[in-house]
Amino acid sequence: MITSPNPLRVLILGAGSGIAQATARLYAAEGATVGLAGRNVERLAVIAADLKARGAAATESFDVDFTATDAAATLAGMVAKLGGLDHVILAYGVLGDQALADRDEAAAMAIIDVNFRSAAAWTLAVANLLERQGKGSLVVLGSVAGDRGRRSNYVYGAAKAGLAVLVQGISHRFRGVGPRAVIVKPGPTDTAMTAGMAKGGPMWVTPEAVAAVVRKAADSGGPVVYAPGRWWLIMAIIRNIPASIFNKMNF
Amino acid sequence: MNGFAPRDDIMPWSRTPRTRMEVARPAFPDELAPLAMQGADLPRGLLAGGLQRSYGDSCINDGGALIEMTGLDRFICFDRTSGLLEAEAGVSLAAILKLVIPAGFFLPVTPGTKFVTLGGAIANDVHGKNHHRAGTFGRWIRSLSLLRSDGREHTVSDDDASGLFAATIGGLGLTGIITRATLQLMPIASSNMAVETIPFGNLAEFFALSAVSDASHDYTVAWIDCLAKGDLLGRGIFTRARHASDGVLRVKPPGGPSIPIDAPGFLLNRFSIAAFNEVYFRLAGRARQSTMSYDPFFYPLDAIGNWNRMYGPRGFYQYQSVVPPEVAAEVTAEMLRAISDARQGSFLAVLKTFGDMTSPGLLSFPRRGTTLALDFANRGGPTLWLLDRLDAIVREAGGRLYPAKDGRLPPAMFRAGHPALDQFTTHLDPGMSSTFWRRMTP
Ligand SMILES: Cc1cc2nc3c(=O)[nH]c(=O)nc-3n(C[C@H](O)[C@H](O)[C@H](O)COP(=O)(O)OP(=O)(O)OC[C@H]3O[C@@H](n4cnc5c(N)ncnc54)[C@H](O)[C@@H]3O)c2cc1C
Repeated sequence: MITSPNPLRVLILGAGSGIAQATARLYAAEGATVGLAGRNVERLAVIAADLKARGAAATESFDVDFTATDAAATLAGMVAKLGGLDHVILAYGVLGDQALADRDEAAAMAIIDVNFRSAAAWTLAVANLLERQGKGSLVVLGSVAGDRGRRSNYVYGAAKAGLAVLVQGISHRFRGVGPRAVIVKPGPTDTAMTAGMAKGGPMWVTPEAVAAVVRKAADSGGPVVYAPGRWWLIMAIIRNIPASIFNKMNF
Repeated sequence: MNGFAPRDDIMPWSRTPRTRMEVARPAFPDELAPLAMQGADLPRGLLAGGLQRSYGDSCINDGGALIEMTGLDRFICFDRTSGLLEAEAGVSLAAILKLVIPAGFFLPVTPGTKFVTLGGAIANDVHGKNHHRAGTFGRWIRSLSLLRSDGREHTVSDDDASGLFAATIGGLGLTGIITRATLQLMPIASSNMAVETIPFGNLAEFFALSAVSDASHDYTVAWIDCLAKGDLLGRGIFTRARHASDGVLRVKPPGGPSIPIDAPGFLLNRFSIAAFNEVYFRLAGRARQSTMSYDPFFYPLDAIGNWNRMYGPRGFYQYQSVVPPEVAAEVTAEMLRAISDARQGSFLAVLKTFGDMTSPGLLSFPRRGTTLALDFANRGGPTLWLLDRLDAIVREAGGRLYPAKDGRLPPAMFRAGHPALDQFTTHLDPGMSSTFWRRMTP
């Protein structure tokens, strides 16, 4: 196995998600050092073994509840363990139950808490770190659901929309500073998060396809990247459908 | 946590029968035991599924539960020195090749498609073109872990005395869910193959070529012209190959036209047997030597996604038999005569000699002798009539059929061909079942 003398160090926040795992495999095949952060340590260990077999120079697992931890301090500890940091992928999130959120304020707040409040805290903590070191990439997983609210998932969509604006702002802030920040917006992806949904249509893509976009986004492009790219056009159209028509549509 | 949800879009590779199953696709090993116990409680029980590359009904469980294993596709450990690879059962052979080729290893045995899972390859104890050298896939499994529907996991190795290992290799998914396995890989110096194709004029020439080549080459196989009659009965093209020694270890086949003209993929693109013959005749006549990537050599059909759809809505039948060596020549001739009499040429007729390496599995298909694999468009009555006729010939000869390829295999024929069936049944997991198994044991 050829590993470069200075392997890339990447930290994946929410390493158990389907897209995160597919992305981690791409880094592992490059011989990167991969930090895996998430809440289920046994599962992280299973993922870590896979990445090592695939060629990762090293792996570190971090047992973290993202909503309940001080982002900046925890992040500093992780970076120390990894011996530095080049790329950060923020991949955690929950879809939640919109029907429940319509009636139940706590359920709605829980969706916003994970997908926006906590994600924003971690995004800002990473941004500050990358700014201090003057280099590195932050890729945040958003969603096309954040481009236009629709009744089936607008609380999730609103949180992802907020996150997208935050990352765009950081990207602006980074201009001329060195690091980069990108929000990747996947369309519907066939992962555990969407298990139980009918996946017949041509709109569904594999986590591997999204991972390829995420990996590339860490190196170039942005600050807003759709995965796959055709969603840029689809969402441009959807955003511009007048509400009088959009609200009659059933999706 | 993923649960079961009803689905009707999962079919065997022959695209028949259509099914409705409760399907779950776990992403982590810890999800398996609860799912297994839940699925086994359904009236028709549970089956583990791979990439559905089996042609018949042994990979479906109509009206019952199916756990799709493809989400459990992680490597656990790869020793780049010894070539031992431990992986979750849902990993595909394609993913394994991608990992191990750059490290100088190859699958010790591979079927004609790389889109099968490790678990599926074990459960059917698949064979390749090197059976005379390497035996079946199961021979290279050092140990496996099996989750039974009572929620308990057993790890058994190839020296297991309990019989569970032997029952699980080739056990059609009926002994439990294979969760992970350790496979001994084979070292290679190159990802290229040195390939030789030699036309032969009749069956006797095939057996002669096969005997010589099995002694000298790792891989041997022949394509047969099913429409030839009389003196030309059993003419075809013999292929023999070795791993090249030129030192390139590349996963992707190099650019350019690397698919050889005699690849069945090319033939399958032709929609009639007449066209098949045309191509065949252009090819026959001269022997050729070439070097090509492993990929078009082993997996010509993989280049055409969903080629199984070209047979249209009526689908097709695969038919693979093996008959003992003592009678192989005359029985194969009789089968070819029956096919050409019925004017039901097969696009893909493959003849191969199995060697004397016994399969570890109780129900494994391969045994010493000659195997003929055929592919018939479904023309209804006449096709079934021909298959019945072939059944009679194979059974009379003391041969057997391959359940993975056959959704029509009669129960009596299955029993006759698998004398270890009763021994196997003692290891059945009471929570597991399949459409095939219910058909065999009404
Ligand atoms: C183009 C083509 C060429 C082929 N060439 C060959 C060949 O040369 N030689 C050969 O032997 N076969 C060949 N086959 C058949 C194929 O290799 C086998 O059917 C293989 O077992 C399919 O694996 P799968 O992962 O798709 O499993 P499936 O077809 O989904 O399932 C096969 C069996 O394995 C069981 N199973 C799957 N996963 C597990 C698990 N984790 N635990 C327990 N049981 C499990 C299922 O219950 C079922 O009984 C070919 C098929 C095709 C389509």
